[in-house]
Amino acid sequence: MHDFAFDIAHMLAGALVLVSLMMLYQDRLYALINVLAIHALVLALSVAWQAWVHDAPHLYITAAIALGFKAIAVPMALRRMVFRLGIHREIERVVGTGLTMLAAIALVALSLEVMLPVTAGVDPVSREDIALALSVVLIGLLMMVTRQNAVSQVAGFMSLENGIVLAATGAQGMPLVVEISVAFSVLIAFIVIGIFLFRIRERFDTVDVEALDQFRGERG
Amino acid sequence: MIPLAMVQALAAQGTQMFLVLLLAPLLVGYVRFVKARLQRRRGPSVLQPYRDLLRLLRKEVVLPDTSSWVFRAAPYAICSFTWVAAALVPTFATNLLFSWSGDLIAIIALLGTARFLQALAALDAGTGFGGLGSSREVMIASLAEPALTMLVFAVALIAGTTQLSAIAAAVLAPDLGLRVSMALALIGFVIVAIAENARIPVDNPASHLELTMVHEAMVLEYSGRYLAMMDLAAALKLLMYASLIACVFCPWGLAPARSGLIHYAIGMAAWGGKMLVAGTALAVFETITAKMRVFRVPDFLGIALMLGLLGTLLLFVSRSL
Amino acid sequence: MTQPTLVLACIATLLLLAAGAAFGARAPKATPLVYGACATISLVAFGAALAGGDGTMVLPIGLPWLGAHIRIDRLAATFLALINLGAVGASVYAIGYGRHEHAPARVLPFFPAFLAGMNLVVIADDAYTFLFGWEVMSLASWALVMADGRSADSRRAGIVYLIMATFSALTLLLAFGLLAAQHGGYAFADIRAGTLPPWQAGLVLVLALIGAGSKAGLIPLHAWLPLAHPAAPSHVSALMSGVMTKVAVYAFIRIVFDLLGPASWWWAVPVLTAGGTAAVLGVLHALMERDLKRLLAYSTIENIGIVFIGVGLALAFRANAMPDAAALALTAALFHAFNHMLFKSVLFFGAGSVLVATGERNIERLGGLIRVMPVSAACVLVACMAISALPPLNGFASEWLTFQTILVSPQLPQWGLRLLVPTVGTMLALAAALAAACFVRAYGIAWLGRPRSPCVAGAQEADRWSIAAMAVFAALCLLTGLFPGLVIDALSAAVRQIVAGRLPAQAGLPWLSIVPVADRSSSYDALTVFLFVVGAAVMGSMLVHRLGTRTVRRARTWDCGYPDLGPTTQYTAASYAQPIRRVFGPLLFGSSETVQMPPPGDLSPARIRKHIHDRAWETLYEPLCKAVLATAELFNRFQFLTIRRYLSFVFLALVGLLLALTIWQ
Repeated sequence: MHDFAFDIAHMLAGALVLVSLMMLYQDRLYALINVLAIHALVLALSVAWQAWVHDAPHLYITAAIALGFKAIAVPMALRRMVFRLGIHREIERVVGTGLTMLAAIALVALSLEVMLPVTAGVDPVSREDIALALSVVLIGLLMMVTRQNAVSQVAGFMSLENGIVLAATGAQGMPLVVEISVAFSVLIAFIVIGIFLFRIRERFDTVDVEALDQFRGERG
Repeated sequence: MIPLAMVQALAAQGTQMFLVLLLAPLLVGYVRFVKARLQRRRGPSVLQPYRDLLRLLRKEVVLPDTSSWVFRAAPYAICSFTWVAAALVPTFATNLLFSWSGDLIAIIALLGTARFLQALAALDAGTGFGGLGSSREVMIASLAEPALTMLVFAVALIAGTTQLSAIAAAVLAPDLGLRVSMALALIGFVIVAIAENARIPVDNPASHLELTMVHEAMVLEYSGRYLAMMDLAAALKLLMYASLIACVFCPWGLAPARSGLIHYAIGMAAWGGKMLVAGTALAVFETITAKMRVFRVPDFLGIALMLGLLGTLLLFVSRSL
Repeated sequence: MTQPTLVLACIATLLLLAAGAAFGARAPKATPLVYGACATISLVAFGAALAGGDGTMVLPIGLPWLGAHIRIDRLAATFLALINLGAVGASVYAIGYGRHEHAPARVLPFFPAFLAGMNLVVIADDAYTFLFGWEVMSLASWALVMADGRSADSRRAGIVYLIMATFSALTLLLAFGLLAAQHGGYAFADIRAGTLPPWQAGLVLVLALIGAGSKAGLIPLHAWLPLAHPAAPSHVSALMSGVMTKVAVYAFIRIVFDLLGPASWWWAVPVLTAGGTAAVLGVLHALMERDLKRLLAYSTIENIGIVFIGVGLALAFRANAMPDAAALALTAALFHAFNHMLFKSVLFFGAGSVLVATGERNIERLGGLIRVMPVSAACVLVACMAISALPPLNGFASEWLTFQTILVSPQLPQWGLRLLVPTVGTMLALAAALAAACFVRAYGIAWLGRPRSPCVAGAQEADRWSIAAMAVFAALCLLTGLFPGLVIDALSAAVRQIVAGRLPAQAGLPWLSIVPVADRSSSYDALTVFLFVVGAAVMGSMLVHRLGTRTVRRARTWDCGYPDLGPTTQYTAASYAQPIRRVFGPLLFGSSETVQMPPPGDLSPARIRKHIHDRAWETLYEPLCKAVLATAELFNRFQFLTIRRYLSFVFLALVGLLLALTIWQ
């Protein structure tokens, strides 16, 4: 009744949800960046497994992009940014941990309840994967909503995008996945760099000192 | 004339009950031994807990003059409740003579009774330390018990029953496959087991500092044979949790009902191996982790509760998760 | 004498006794006489309820065209047995406790009337008799709540109770009105014959939930319970918590399961939500309390929540045509209701004995009572363990059944229910764990440790009537826990009548275990476990005494080198609950603590103040009260108008009526 390959796919999707929940739980920025790297790693494993089960070689490329870019390059860059800026290492929460986790569980329940009846006629393997991918997306959104720190919001956005990639690979017949994933990754890189340039400009006078100096007086 | 089959069944059940009693201190000794070696010490021998128990048994008991009969009766009650709970968990064989009373919810509730009596006995001495340990213990229990209940629900929904022998049989069945909720339940069980057995990162079993102790604060006033019984109860609890996780999540090697001596021997060897692995894993985990602040423990246990709730939810909503 | 006649005779005797006590309350032996008579009459009624057999009667009293219909079916018989067993216990306890009553004339006439009202509600077979009995029950218990009329707390409790009781009677009246609207007949037989359109049935459910729920203590209608139950004398508190709340449960079951016809699945949703919320919030409030009787009142709210969870699950299964699962759920609910009556009575009896012995209800001033009141302490310990759902006592048996019901629930087809039931299961598990914490705190602070104030020194053991009542009920807790199969079989007739499903017969199972679902192998054998534990304890003590010494020495408690450690260095009740308050408080109560530290060198004490908000009171009751008061203020102005304004009112009314006449022509 249970095919081993499908069970592994479900395991990896469930692990992605679990890592999303772990990301919600983190208290410190360095730990958050590490969990973001693990998130991308699990995504890469999941996409690679889907590539092997469905025999779709272009998904291997997506997995490699997820691994190289999102699991290695972006976390390293973020870590270096955080270190150079000396940003406050605590994450400011808008809502407490307990309530956030409860909301996350409610979102998982909601996404399961929404997706499972809607995809009633689809291949039974990918149904649950899509439902779990939707919950990853929703948890990513929750993270963006309940944080005040820019880095954690970027982490939330990246986990959201990972969820979309998981959903896209789960539903077969999306040949543009490679292009879409590359485009999104580049977009994120621009956003990340952009935010930090803005931050640098805001907080340090090492960039464009002359332009900023005129505004310094208001800050006192 | 008692039939031979009945004698064999009774012997097997009796062996299980006395086996857990005899081997519980050995597990504790083994964990201490591995921790010592990991910390580059020689450490005490593996049999040291037995020597400690005998030494304590032969010492005189000093009772606080403000304590009542609850203080004196509690160690006996706690030890017997814990022993019965440990004896009902299948270790080397399933479907023994009394295995139909091995209901998972009942076993966990028996441990709850032991904990209730221990918290009461701590308050009986009328000291600040007793209240300290007792109040922290009930806070931890108020989160660990619901987490454990939800995890039991998740496992019981997969197996279709709450009886341990039947759960082991269901997990061994070939059509189970890898289930997400089982994986979540395993992580949750390990977290709750660490919390309930007063191990790092929830509590330090070797500390007597006011800031850091929970379980040790509750048994602080006990001495002599009472302390020996409390220590034995703690060791039985650790063995019980390790056997429970082994029985539910990796029941391979358990001898089926009424099989011969060979199967029992294989079962015992398998159980011994699982206990060794569990002890080593616990010792390694305790060495690499630091103890948490008391008010971070609810967050830690909240994870187990969330995992239990998530696992149960997944099983309510879908059949194959 | 047929069964209904016997029960009616008991009720009539109780009413006569009430009337007699109104006149003769000041006689020297009146108290033990009245309570003894109540005990005997209740015992007779209990026997009649257990005897079996159904019966109906129609009396020519009451409304002229209706009469008073009386019917004893299996459900009524079960609740009759529960009520009268509780009444026997409370009456026997009161024979001893009643001696300490300040004003017996304020209590004695109303106690038999209270019992009569409760019995009448359960055997009523038409709406008028039902509501008549309900009102007698409410008014008699209100009079008992106001028995100590001197204190401001009693007066406040009385007014809030009166308002809530009137409110609940009003909603039940509306519910019966809707039910009777189909055929115009108030008799239950007529109501059963008709069927309501779905929206009306839903409205009746909501009204019944509000009416019965406010009497039972569901949140947010619970505000009167923690005020009224402690204000009454202890035997009355035991009856109000243990028995009157179950009469409310009976009312709900009768209206929703029996009179309302086929159920819809969404009916279970408000019931389950109300039950789960009451379970968790009730026990958390109990953990914050330091008045012993208020703590027990909040704990009643928690247990009623657990009963309503069972009732809600039964409703869900019944709506989905799963009769056996519904039978399991309803059995769990009824079993828990019975168990709660047993152990809550013992706890209130214990609180009453403490109050009589020390004059204190505040557990922060108690401690070490186990040395001066050993027998009461033992009985209360058994009840505390029972209410914390610990095996092998009865609380665990009913909780085990509720858990098994939740494990059967994935078969429910509706999505809303499949998401709600695990959530309610978590709340149930959380409530059970917190209940254990609550009663460790209550027992440990009040009965164990060292005395925290001088009032304990003069305490004496309770008199033998009180001890007899406590000991018998505590023994019943143990017996019901060891032989749950007998109780389940006794409940099966009532359950079969209501949901048309059944559990497998428990009596014939090996070792007296209980098996709730026939095709699974989950079973719970209390007797085996109990024998194992006893055997293990005996073996253990033999082993220990063989291998070790038996010497014991008493010494002063270790004081860490500080001399003169007084009793105030022990944990207080507030400090005991502080970790739990810190974990759950900010979310559910908006609790916070402020600390005032004096500057270094200053010898004045530091003060810690905790702020707890009852959210239901602040969001529901206070705005409602303010709105009512504001409206009343507005209309109050009409009292003080001039004559010219009154004349202008008359003039305007006249002109308005003439206009209406012309327009309508």
